[in-house]
Amino acid sequence: MAEARIVGIDLGTTNSLVAYMQGDQPVVIPGEDGANLVPSVVAIPDPKKVIVGFPAYPYLASQPDRVVYSVKRLMGRGVEDIQEELKLFPFHLAPDIQPAEVLRLEIGDQQYTPPEISAYVLRQLKKNAERYFGAPVTKAVVTVPAYFNDAQRQATKDAGRMAGLEVLRLVNEPTAAALAYGLDREKEGIVAVYDLGGGTFDISILKLHEGIFEVIATNGDTHLGGDDIDHLLMAIALDDIRGEYNLDLSTNAEAVQAIRKAVIDAKIVLSSAEKAYISLTLPNGQPYNREITREQFEQIIQPVLDRTVGPCKQALKDAGLKPEQIGEVVLVGGSTRIPLVRRLTDQLFQLSERGKKPHTELNPDEVVALGAAVQAHILEGGSKATEDMLLLDVTPLSLGIEALGGVVAKIIQRNSTIPASVTEHFTTGVDGQTNVAIHVVQGEREMAKDCRSLARFDLKGIPPMSAGLPRIEVKFLIDANGILHVSAREQRSGKEAEIEVKPTYGLTDEQVENMILESFDYAEQDFAERQLIEARNEAATILAAVDKAPSHPAWRQLTDDEHTQIGMVAEEVRVLSEGDDLQALRDATRALDQATRRFAELMMDSAVGSAIRGETMESAGEKLGEGPTAPHPIAPAEIK
Amino acid sequence: MPAAGAAPFAMQTAESQSVNAACWSCGCFVPAGKPWCDACGKIQAPSEGVDYFTVFGLPRKLLIDLTALERNFYRMSRKLHPDLYAQASPDERQWSLDQTSLLNDAYRTMKNPIARTEYLLRLEGVEIEAGRSEDGKPKDSRVPPDLLEEVFELNMQLEEMRMNRKMGEDDPQLRADLEKARTQFESQLAAVDTSLESLWTRWDEIVENASAGAEANKIKGEIIALLDRRRYIRNLVRDVNEALEN
Repeated sequence: MAEARIVGIDLGTTNSLVAYMQGDQPVVIPGEDGANLVPSVVAIPDPKKVIVGFPAYPYLASQPDRVVYSVKRLMGRGVEDIQEELKLFPFHLAPDIQPAEVLRLEIGDQQYTPPEISAYVLRQLKKNAERYFGAPVTKAVVTVPAYFNDAQRQATKDAGRMAGLEVLRLVNEPTAAALAYGLDREKEGIVAVYDLGGGTFDISILKLHEGIFEVIATNGDTHLGGDDIDHLLMAIALDDIRGEYNLDLSTNAEAVQAIRKAVIDAKIVLSSAEKAYISLTLPNGQPYNREITREQFEQIIQPVLDRTVGPCKQALKDAGLKPEQIGEVVLVGGSTRIPLVRRLTDQLFQLSERGKKPHTELNPDEVVALGAAVQAHILEGGSKATEDMLLLDVTPLSLGIEALGGVVAKIIQRNSTIPASVTEHFTTGVDGQTNVAIHVVQGEREMAKDCRSLARFDLKGIPPMSAGLPRIEVKFLIDANGILHVSAREQRSGKEAEIEVKPTYGLTDEQVENMILESFDYAEQDFAERQLIEARNEAATILAAVDKAPSHPAWRQLTDDEHTQIGMVAEEVRVLSEGDDLQALRDATRALDQATRRFAELMMDSAVGSAIRGETMESAGEKLGEGPTAPHPIAPAEIK
Repeated sequence: MPAAGAAPFAMQTAESQSVNAACWSCGCFVPAGKPWCDACGKIQAPSEGVDYFTVFGLPRKLLIDLTALERNFYRMSRKLHPDLYAQASPDERQWSLDQTSLLNDAYRTMKNPIARTEYLLRLEGVEIEAGRSEDGKPKDSRVPPDLLEEVFELNMQLEEMRMNRKMGEDDPQLRADLEKARTQFESQLAAVDTSLESLWTRWDEIVENASAGAEANKIKGEIIALLDRRRYIRNLVRDVNEALEN
């Protein structure tokens, strides 16, 4: 088997994608349905059945309590953080969750943590890639919003592990976008990446120099995106319907989903048209149609977009740059298709007055995944295309320790290039003290209670000594993924101090391990099911071709025996594809493929013949129809 | 800047010495502090106690060619960064992580002249105000005597500004006064920086001539005083900025 491939994954709030480097270009790997995007929607109609992506959509209407979307908003968060989201998203939390505990979603009588739900999306992307390569995929680079904190990053990494993917690197989304753009041209200078996605906003400022992508500052808001725009529009539609039809639909999950879909459709239309309609059929059968002009739309969403301004200004300030010093601006994320976003960024970075345009050449939905593929390729060892490319990213938030009085002592400043480390020395305050507790936080505020609690450590087993005498050296290291590692030792006695890390919002290794095991139970079943589905699809393709065959002139060139033989085997395939016997179905399909081989050859000959008679291959192809040109469907992925 | 030892309970790090070693892969001689083996190119385990000047192979001088520093940082990143060791052995991956974080920490400190100065002073055994450096909140900095009067007035104005804001009022005269104060303190800051620069030059001369002793200690003392003054004025400017921005 060839060397293990590393894929690049964009695990988005709304949509997810998987990409890899094909030659010297990154490409997105489509799913079985041919679509590049896998909606980050997971339906679990029963515990043994998990449906991901587009096929999960119908459940939003039929069984909304068994579908989860926008789960990225919950990653690495506690119940006290998400009160706002709970008003807007139909998340069904387990009733017994305490503050500062990993969230659990209740679906039927089962409970799932956000990383588990994300793992299902990742597993789908993994499957798509394995189907595409016909080989297992076990390593990935996964992107995260630049402004994700330690717990959110750790949760993403855990999700990868549960999905059977070793996450070799977490890459910040705007940085990945810069990588995707940086590949085409030899760029130098200062670039700002404005990334407004479904649920998160990031701004990163990078310095590009001879292939080095050095992030100088980053900022953002992990709860700001297209979702917020949708909610504003939904609120208006709900009010409108209440006023006009005296119908309160806000508690009708099915109707809310229909409205959600209608406003998203309207939002998309408004990116290119001056007006659009929010239209749907109400539960009482009446049609609802509301016109919304671009101007009204822009008025409504202005407050959401204004929230991106502060982070941009802060990032510029941290970078020590003025807007006019930004050479290029790259727009990323679906929401940057909105004309008002374009105007806002134009103003912020004074683009048109300097005769510049933002970069939008790459599909804003795909560019992050493409960049992840580039980074994956760099980790694989690279090639000519990525030679000399190196990413130097930063930590978005300052790391601090809670000191006396609840004040934060910052030990690593935000925007420090990672990996970054600092060594601190601690001692005891009481004679004979054998434990020292340390509380690590992340954030910019002065008081620990206003920052994000990362973890509490207990330095244990300190040899009893007079107060102030022990000297415990603790090393805090933020790795290239932006994740914190801590190690400690007592210097005077030379004893390694025992350190017990209690992640505040994370899962312990053991918990993750258990979740992996659980998913393995299903993995085999998933795999068998998938193989059967693929075999059925293959059979259906051939059968469709066989059904059309008699109308083709080449059919008449076959002998009667051949006609009978094909008919018999086709019937067998038809019967077997209703059943569950994978091997029998595969054998029969192969037999049918054999039986029709001469027909396929004759058909090819006549196509060539008609080409010679002055017809183009294309028109000859049209005459053949779709079916018979595919007697040898792509071999299904075999994963051993 | 998160220079070494910036902590609530920070204690001074004793300067430890680093030792030469043999390359783990080819056995060739690797000088202390060198992150890779020149013979075979393999990354090495970081040696204990390498200081930030040694990381970049620089003498303990205070004036630095920043362009050369950046070039050096990029060049070393290209050899040490964890991205290049994604498929390497666990040991090499760990060393790459350690070496790169050391490199990044060193670069962050060295590229900022104030952080660099504080770091050098610490290497020289000087305690910097309870480990709080540039970006930390001041603890109880003493007011430089010559600024007493101005600081007193400024604090009154800042208090008034805060009261106004609470009441939702805006006093243009007060605003103008504060802006004037800001300009004034900023020019004081510039004056401190100029004095610091000349001290750096003098320090570097001493290093060059290897003439230690009384002269070096005198300059150290002057630098420490100026850093204190600078920190104090900077915090004033920051307070004024905060008051004006809100």
